[in-house]
Amino acid sequence: MSEQLIPDPAAPLTPSGNLRRRQIVSRGAEVAATAAAVAAIAVLAIVIWTVVARGAKAIDLEFIFTGYPTGVGPMLLGTIVIALVATAMAMPFGVLIALFLTEYAGARGTRLLKLTLDLLNGLPSIILGLFVFALLVDHKQQSAFSGSLALAIIELPLIARGSQEVLQLVPKGLREASDALGVARWRSVLTVTLPTAIGGIVTATVLAVARAAGETAPLILTTSVFDPKAFSVNPFEALPNVPTWIYKLSEEGNPEGFTEAWGMSLLLVSFILFASLGARALLARSKRKLSSP
Amino acid sequence: MNSRVDLAQDAGQQVPSRVRIQTGLPSGRTATTVEAMVAPELVFDSRGVSIFYGAKQALSDVNLGIRRGQITALIGPSGCGKTTFLRSLNRMNDSVASFRIEGQILYHGHDIYGSAVDRVEVRRRIGMVFQKPNPFPKSIYDNVAWAPRNLGLRRGLDERVESALRGAALWDEVKDRLKDSALGLSGGQQQRLCIARAIAVEPDVLLLDEPASALDPIATGAIEDLMHSLKGRFTIVIVTHNMQQAARVADRTAFFSLETGGAKPVGTLIEVDETVKVFGEPRDPRTRDYVSGRFG
Repeated sequence: MSEQLIPDPAAPLTPSGNLRRRQIVSRGAEVAATAAAVAAIAVLAIVIWTVVARGAKAIDLEFIFTGYPTGVGPMLLGTIVIALVATAMAMPFGVLIALFLTEYAGARGTRLLKLTLDLLNGLPSIILGLFVFALLVDHKQQSAFSGSLALAIIELPLIARGSQEVLQLVPKGLREASDALGVARWRSVLTVTLPTAIGGIVTATVLAVARAAGETAPLILTTSVFDPKAFSVNPFEALPNVPTWIYKLSEEGNPEGFTEAWGMSLLLVSFILFASLGARALLARSKRKLSSP
Repeated sequence: MNSRVDLAQDAGQQVPSRVRIQTGLPSGRTATTVEAMVAPELVFDSRGVSIFYGAKQALSDVNLGIRRGQITALIGPSGCGKTTFLRSLNRMNDSVASFRIEGQILYHGHDIYGSAVDRVEVRRRIGMVFQKPNPFPKSIYDNVAWAPRNLGLRRGLDERVESALRGAALWDEVKDRLKDSALGLSGGQQQRLCIARAIAVEPDVLLLDEPASALDPIATGAIEDLMHSLKGRFTIVIVTHNMQQAARVADRTAFFSLETGGAKPVGTLIEVDETVKVFGEPRDPRTRDYVSGRFG
């Protein structure tokens, strides 16, 4: 025996053998992991800071409330309309899918549907845009509605999966209680399950809207040829909207246009950040309410 | 035997003559069931009931009559199938995908698992209270009013809620805060609220699945008093781990046990009789061992 693994038990408890080297490796791994985590925060911080620094000077009341060339009001209005129409289509569908998953589906149906939703969620938005383009726009005309349809497909899996996760938190005891009272399942769903989970369903929807509001590719294909001066809420014509306008201005190489694009980016980013943070706070509240009755 | 037919008529059921004839027939009972000399009014008549979860058999050949207006306690060690049996009385096991039942459970002469039977209607008449209090996250009032509202019993709702809460011995404690959340009540109050919620739709039977096991002794006492006051108005079946509780509240007691005759232990009904007899002079040595605390 050349080397003794455990030295004299009576020796002082300072590092011995290769412990010093192992400590250095361990330290290095910890530093690398921490640095990666900090980098993630830094990326978000730098992006936000850049958008604020370059966009803040473009924003004033005129910018928000007037049309081209002084402001981007029509684009903001158009984006709101497109997102609302998309959500009006996606939310009922998404919640029904979530209810199917939690209340009615068998084990195999659940697995298949969850996989489908996750795959749908992973589809590139340009593909969905192209699909809607071929379906509704090609040989016809662009419309905000077709843009909304593409965004609805993007929102659908987010709403369905998010709602399903919250619906699953509704205690089994509540379902049993309503079953045992001789009330039909659907009435239980409407008057007990959904009200209990409503906070989470709203959260999932807001997060989906925040995601869809910034989607650009489908809108370029479906609602990009518009009059930037016209305030319109008619979803059956091409409506001005924020993402395609940012894209257009960035392509032009006009310094004023760049500032305007940054200004719109700031508005969009603020909406998405506030919506996400607000929705998360709401979700945390409703989860707390569900888990500690 | 005619009394069973009378019972069906008493309850105002539309009994097809075919079923009436069936219920009049002597049932193929095994020696484990004890019938009184004069056939009592049976609310439930379980005939040769075996229950399976997938390949696993949970209960074997249960023949058990449950008498009208009485409290019947189901006792026995963990895993003996007493809760399984209780939950199959109002088809609460239907939501378990692998659940399968053989034999017949007659309720006032109707097969609970008959093809034309709607389980929502079954539960409308056979209410259930669970081990853990499970009030809805709504106000006290809305908890009790929920089922009547959804069943279309909107007229006189306030009176109905009050009488249900009085029936559950909860009215005096909550009458000034009916709009408060039910989740703010103590565990014992929540459980009495669940009982009020169940009796608000005036069921025929109340099934209680260890209703006091999550409660402290004082709340347990309140629930037991409540059961005495509900007796007669409702037929009550209670599953309990607590033998003293069965001795205190039940008119009749059924003892279930795990029988290891086959390869795997299967829940079996060992003995059913007047509670005083089951505890005082049990006929089966297995019952004697259990009630004297030698096992379980």
